[in-house]
Amino acid sequence: MSRDHILHRVRTAIGRSAGQPVADPPPVRLRIPTVDLEARISSMLARVEALAGKACRSTDPRAFVAAAIAGKSAIASNAPRLVEWGITSLPGVRSGITDRAELRELCATCDIGITSADYALADTGTLVMLSSPQEARMISLLPPAHIAVVPRERILTGLDELFTILPDPAAQTSSMVLITGPSRTADIEQILVRGVHGPGLITVVVV
Amino acid sequence: MSAEFDLKIHNTLADANLQLAIYTATGRLKEKRIETVADSVLPDYQDLRTQANAIKKHAIENLDHYLEEFERNVEARGGKVVYCKDGTEVSDFILALAKERGAHLIVKSKSMTTEEIDLNERLEHHGLESVETDLGEYILQLAHERPYHIVAPALHKTRYDVAEIFTRRLNVPNEIVIEKQTAIARGVLREKFLAADIGISGANFLVADSGAVVIVENEGNARLTTSAPKIHIAIAGIEKVIPRAQDVATFLKLLARSATGQALSVYTSFLSGPRREGEVDGPDEFYVVLLDNGRTKLLPDRSKRESLYCIRCGACLNTCPVYRKIGGHSFPWVYSGPIGAIITPQFMGAGHEPGLPFASSLCGACGEVCPVKIDIPKILLELRSDVKKSEAHAKQNRLERLAFRAFAWLMTHPRLYEMAGSMAAAIAPSDGRWIRSVPSPMNVGPLKAWLSERDLPPPPAKSFRQMWRQR
Repeated sequence: MSRDHILHRVRTAIGRSAGQPVADPPPVRLRIPTVDLEARISSMLARVEALAGKACRSTDPRAFVAAAIAGKSAIASNAPRLVEWGITSLPGVRSGITDRAELRELCATCDIGITSADYALADTGTLVMLSSPQEARMISLLPPAHIAVVPRERILTGLDELFTILPDPAAQTSSMVLITGPSRTADIEQILVRGVHGPGLITVVVV
Repeated sequence: MSAEFDLKIHNTLADANLQLAIYTATGRLKEKRIETVADSVLPDYQDLRTQANAIKKHAIENLDHYLEEFERNVEARGGKVVYCKDGTEVSDFILALAKERGAHLIVKSKSMTTEEIDLNERLEHHGLESVETDLGEYILQLAHERPYHIVAPALHKTRYDVAEIFTRRLNVPNEIVIEKQTAIARGVLREKFLAADIGISGANFLVADSGAVVIVENEGNARLTTSAPKIHIAIAGIEKVIPRAQDVATFLKLLARSATGQALSVYTSFLSGPRREGEVDGPDEFYVVLLDNGRTKLLPDRSKRESLYCIRCGACLNTCPVYRKIGGHSFPWVYSGPIGAIITPQFMGAGHEPGLPFASSLCGACGEVCPVKIDIPKILLELRSDVKKSEAHAKQNRLERLAFRAFAWLMTHPRLYEMAGSMAAAIAPSDGRWIRSVPSPMNVGPLKAWLSERDLPPPPAKSFRQMWRQR
């Protein structure tokens, strides 16, 4: 069997025997800067804008989303926060989908996908999405536009803080996705085009 | 140097449009990298490189341990790990699985590892449809070409080339607007994603302590590949394993900056196992193929095994004065540029293209930009030495060896050296022109061939020793 063959070749080549203990790896390098909430929020908004996304603060996310989706069709995730804020009950918004085929059909035809985000990273303008029964993967991926509504206290400084809070993301979710700006490519003549396979428009609402 | 290598290089150099395309694209990527790793935006860049190098070194020195840990953790999350020694084993595994599940359509996201083993051709040979979904890779699949660059696979194609390929292969009207070309690809590929039975991805990192596969991309095609079909297969070289999820932070800060000058790529997916209880979407089955395909051959040599630290960012290509002239397709295998020049001979054997380690000016730029600090110039020298040793063994290139022996002898005999110097001064052109440009007794025979690519300034009328004596 190739497994044993390959592991044997590896061990012979590096001079180790099966089950031989391993010296400690280099210490983990995570540095969390001290940045107050206001500065984190403004950095998040600025970075998203710099990536050609839209970003804003809102104390009334329902009204904001209602205006953003007016006249369009939308699908919202099952995140409890979206229910609390009254976003899932907006006219034109479908939510509460638990059937895979139905979800996919809706995501493939709706104009806008609405999600929350588990965290955001202020220094890069990144959304952190952990997939779960509440947050399906397709909603932030198939529709041409994505609106993410994030509570402000979920904005972290950056990657190092994220991996300090989640030392093993796999313990929480089968899929953690970091989203930094709209889907893009520069594969033809290095010309930037947005919205290749994922959403070309991304809007981050900080509550 | 083989005649084929020589010919490809000369054809690339003679193609002015191609020269411009390569120079512009790599120049842009190179400048963007410099901006994002600058001290003012990333003050701990050098520390991050040192850390990344230390992690890779540790992981490779204990590779068996981390592979087994990775395997245990993937299985604990409901996934399955399959070890394959070559491309045949990979395609056998996929074909058997496809047959069992009645699968016909495969979507693929970008993976250099699958390019190594010509996976699409192998699968299509057995009647499966395997579609590349990264825009650049899709264009190349339609054109039946291999990637020109690790990160920007279609950088040699213009919008007019793409228009021609799309009209010919997709039966669409001629379209030269890049946004619209992208939309055409989006439309065709969207249907493939939604109909696909299996998604095949590569992996940027394999995380041992969480049993996770990390995939970095900008378009969203890897997210679709790994979450739309019911089966996800990630194919990765065994060297991709790193110990801890927390190490991912270090590498993510380096990878996109070095590759495209982005602080982070648009999408980073951290995937572990199939979808869990209650999740509405995501794959039902999750496989990781761990591929050897020659990697274990690189492990015994402590110095050259550094080549396995590579995270495929492409920074060494963009900065390399040789790559920027001879381009990607001159290289004899799927990996081009400085990293290709050190990986290819080790995977394929030194005889595969003996000229490869010599296709470098040894300027050292590749080593300087490498985010994991691979000492590429040093490995190039070691590989040159291997080529020369094997030539000596095969009794080839006797004249060259004789010349170098004579040179060494001359250099260790100061009197003779001085005599040779004054003789050279006597026969060299005296008007200060370089030797190649004038008829000269030095510009003949094997020396003429050597001088055809190089030049020598004429020896001075008075040598340093003469001046020293007359001081």
